[in-house]
Amino acid sequence: MMLKIENLHASIEDKTILRGVNLELNAGEVHAIMGPNGSGKSTLASVLIGREGYDVSGSVSYQGQDLLALSPEDRAAAGVFLAFQHPVEIPGVGNLYFMRTALNSLRRQRGQEELDAVDFLALAQERMKLVEMDQTFMGRSVNEGFSGGEKKRNEILQMAILEPTFAILDETDSGLDIDALRVVANGVNALRSEGRAMLVITHHQRLLDYIVPDRVHVMAAGQIVRSGDRDLAVELEEHGYAGMGQQRNSEAPTPVGATR
Amino acid sequence: MSAPATTTGISDEVRQLANQEYQYGFVTDLDTDVAPRGLNEDIIRLISTRKNEPDWLLEWRLEAYQHWLTLTAPTWQHVSYGPIDYQDIIYYAAPKPKKQLTSMDEVDPEVREMFNKLGISLGEQERLSGVAVDAIVDSVSVATTFKEKLADVGVIFCSFSEAVQNHPDLVRRYLGSVVPYKDNFFACLNAAVFTDGSFCYIPKGVRCPMELSTYFRINAADTGQFERTLIIAEEGSYVSYLEGCTAPVRDQNQLHAAVVELVALDDAQIKYSTVQNWYPGDAEGKGGVYNFVTKRGLAAGRNSKISWTQVETGSAITWKYPGVILKGDNSVGEFYSVALTARRQQADTGSKMVHIGKNTKSTIVSKAISAGHGQNTYRGLVGIRRSAVGARNFTQCDSLLIGKDCGAHTFPYVEVKNSTGQVEHEASTSKIGEEQLLYCRQRGIPEEEAVSMIVNGFCREVFKMLPMEFAVEAQKLLNVSLEGSVG
Repeated sequence: MMLKIENLHASIEDKTILRGVNLELNAGEVHAIMGPNGSGKSTLASVLIGREGYDVSGSVSYQGQDLLALSPEDRAAAGVFLAFQHPVEIPGVGNLYFMRTALNSLRRQRGQEELDAVDFLALAQERMKLVEMDQTFMGRSVNEGFSGGEKKRNEILQMAILEPTFAILDETDSGLDIDALRVVANGVNALRSEGRAMLVITHHQRLLDYIVPDRVHVMAAGQIVRSGDRDLAVELEEHGYAGMGQQRNSEAPTPVGATR
Repeated sequence: MSAPATTTGISDEVRQLANQEYQYGFVTDLDTDVAPRGLNEDIIRLISTRKNEPDWLLEWRLEAYQHWLTLTAPTWQHVSYGPIDYQDIIYYAAPKPKKQLTSMDEVDPEVREMFNKLGISLGEQERLSGVAVDAIVDSVSVATTFKEKLADVGVIFCSFSEAVQNHPDLVRRYLGSVVPYKDNFFACLNAAVFTDGSFCYIPKGVRCPMELSTYFRINAADTGQFERTLIIAEEGSYVSYLEGCTAPVRDQNQLHAAVVELVALDDAQIKYSTVQNWYPGDAEGKGGVYNFVTKRGLAAGRNSKISWTQVETGSAITWKYPGVILKGDNSVGEFYSVALTARRQQADTGSKMVHIGKNTKSTIVSKAISAGHGQNTYRGLVGIRRSAVGARNFTQCDSLLIGKDCGAHTFPYVEVKNSTGQVEHEASTSKIGEEQLLYCRQRGIPEEEAVSMIVNGFCREVFKMLPMEFAVEAQKLLNVSLEGSVG
């Protein structure tokens, strides 16, 4: 098993957001997490990458390591990647330079040799095709002046370059038109592989038409309240999250296990 | 490196770095010839006599001194410091050369050692970089290089004292022509007591074949330094001048009140770049240098151009407004600045652009970075006189705050007396985002590297104006100064 989350709680400034999340993810699997606003989906992503400011309890075991004990950069070095919901702009720092610095930091932490500018450029150019990005993006500052869709493609490009073992996609579909969604989804699908697990956080089942998950989990009020296969997403689309909450009250005093 | 998550966002490692000592904080033991403490006419006469100056210069100094006695130190700056006792300063100190110097090899070994510690070995400089170095230790020039090569094209680059001896007419003609001694308190003090500095003259039509560079150091204890720099670019000439400095640790605040005057005639260009790294004081702000400097250029001729680029990371207090008087028609003035204040540093800096000629153009780009308890003020004056038809100014002031205890302030003054003038001002203040830091760290970039990357990105517009080798040095300096500033 690649990732095992047990009884994960998180609160920020006395506000409890995660109330005992349990989740297991195997290499090669793509799981989707759905749920209404405020259910804790993005907080789960934040806690997994080590965003500061949360009081966290419970455990997260990632490839046998205690993930919660690692700094954000060490988690990255261990292969954890987040495609941010709102990628931040870094003025004056070139996109290409940023990605090379990131890749070489990871390689250094893993004891691998760094890539020089020429080799990196070749790698970047190859991966850019995946998300249909052209060279002009690479000369610009990180995310600066990028449209919503360009930012999301830039996230997937970084994923393609950094080749994480465990990738979290936080609302990667939000704000995308159908064409951009297709480009992003194609990129993600191309990166599905046996050794890689993905957690796709989304609001809409629309994305799951393109990125077909192995499992779907529904989050409400800080817990995973239902888990199922692809059909669960369709059911959600038809009945909405409201019904889900009721179900939780009636049938789930303890959270439903999330494994197959 | 595992940094446990905290709610404050400051890891232990970062805290440790915050308390790091100033890298260049050493004192060289030179055999120094010093004047008694205090300021009076006798001291000024002593300085003038030691330097074998002509009478007119002594007279000028004395006039300045008399005027200075009528002045009081300015208080309008957004900085605070205790009163300076001007009678407790040594106004003249000269390292005694061990023998007459005929080549670089004979430069005082201790002086050379000091430059080695700074990573600027003179011998190496001469061989490798093609940069002529006029090294100033305390108040007297001890080594000047590349003179012959420059002399071939008629460029004069020497210490101010030498210029007074060898080119008195030029000095007399231009000294005080851009910054008169009546200009301000510190410029006036400088006029009375300056001991040395650099002089540079580029003849008509000559493009100076190398970048001219001066490294300053304050060395003898309690010695205020009062340099004077004068650069004259004749018609159609070009010169790029680099000034860089570091200073050793001191327990008492050191006053540094320099004056720099630039004169550009028709079609001439002067590019003046500074990397300033005076000792900023310890974590409590004790012992840093007071850097109160008057720098001004006179774009006297048609189509002349003067550019100031500065990277200010040092000093306890920085107080300077490099400016340009745009007198010639179509003349251009530029000011690109990065000012960093960390620890308890204070900076009140900016630029002054005075448009007099027609179609004159000025650009001000100011990047202020505040960290720790640093206070950073941009103060700028753009004046468009009645005669300045079609004048244009663009000003951009960006501030970056790192942490919660620092501050950034902006005071832009604009005086437009000609309705055809165009003045644009843009300003922004941003906090170094925890979001930006997290983004970088999530990609695997360690926190410190991420901070320096974000800050360097913020400063890129200014760094790219610096000559290449200087840009690299500036970037390094910024990284060193920023170490441990996160949180």
